[in-house]
Amino acid sequence: MSLFKLEPAASQFEDTEQQRLAAKLGMWLFLATEVMLFGGLFLGYTAYRYKYPQSFASGSEHLDILSGSLNTAVLIFSSFTMALAVTAAKRGQRARLVILLLATGLLGSLFLTIKGREYYEVYREHLAPLASFVPRPPGRELELFFLFYFLLTGLHALHMLIGLGLVMLMASLALCNRISARYYTPVEVVGLYWHFIDLVWIFLFPLLYLIKRYG
Amino acid sequence: MMKSTTPSLARYMVVLCGLLGLLGLTIGLAYVDLGSFNLSVALLIASAKALLVMLFFMELLEGVQASRIAIGMGVFMLLIFGALAMTDYVGRDSRIYGDAKASAMPDR
Repeated sequence: MSLFKLEPAASQFEDTEQQRLAAKLGMWLFLATEVMLFGGLFLGYTAYRYKYPQSFASGSEHLDILSGSLNTAVLIFSSFTMALAVTAAKRGQRARLVILLLATGLLGSLFLTIKGREYYEVYREHLAPLASFVPRPPGRELELFFLFYFLLTGLHALHMLIGLGLVMLMASLALCNRISARYYTPVEVVGLYWHFIDLVWIFLFPLLYLIKRYG
Repeated sequence: MMKSTTPSLARYMVVLCGLLGLLGLTIGLAYVDLGSFNLSVALLIASAKALLVMLFFMELLEGVQASRIAIGMGVFMLLIFGALAMTDYVGRDSRIYGDAKASAMPDR
């Protein structure tokens, strides 16, 4: 596949190092657009949380804080293994790279499993909008909270799935000896994407699960 | 200029512990009544975690300036958009807010 090769650098670049830095900058620019994508949803959440604070606080209490906390820790660990994987790639440690990529993928799958269980619980408690939702105090605005819950975490989960696919792709590339200490750009770039997914969740967790846990 | 050294495992472990510690702080403070500061504190801690991930895991600290500018502008613009959009909602008339009307104009 001509997509994953090192030499020669494409004609617009002076050398392969510049090509590598351009790839990273390209990913950062893409992540900036992703900030806008999630930012829009966060803004909608902000507007309605401002308008219906009690309903949002009540909705937050219905979420399982244990699952949310565990998921946050799982993603933090997966970012750790991902960072170590990039280091292993830079050092040309192929076996280590594959193991760390698989560990990252495993943690990501664990996240999605816990999330799926959470979704099912919300559905069972008749809190899933358009599906099983039954109105209850403090009001119909509760459905709005859960709409944002599913939209935000759902879009995030979609990104997780894509990230998982990319991580597995990197693992297979590494196994086929396409990644080396001289050419590890794909792993670096996928790593940036993976860390971004963790970043989004780091903000999602307190905004969805910890609105008003005291009292 | 290729970096000849890679970040050490120790450095990543310190960042990991920092992130987990901040996570514990986030959860712990959620159970303390800080009034209107709960939200600000939670977002502040989340931003600290984000900085740790971006600077060290994503290697923004030793990256090229262009990358920092790229993501910095993205976040900065989002904050401006958010603040401007919220001025609309916050500035709505509270007298008729309960009726979920956006305008103070009477019907008809």
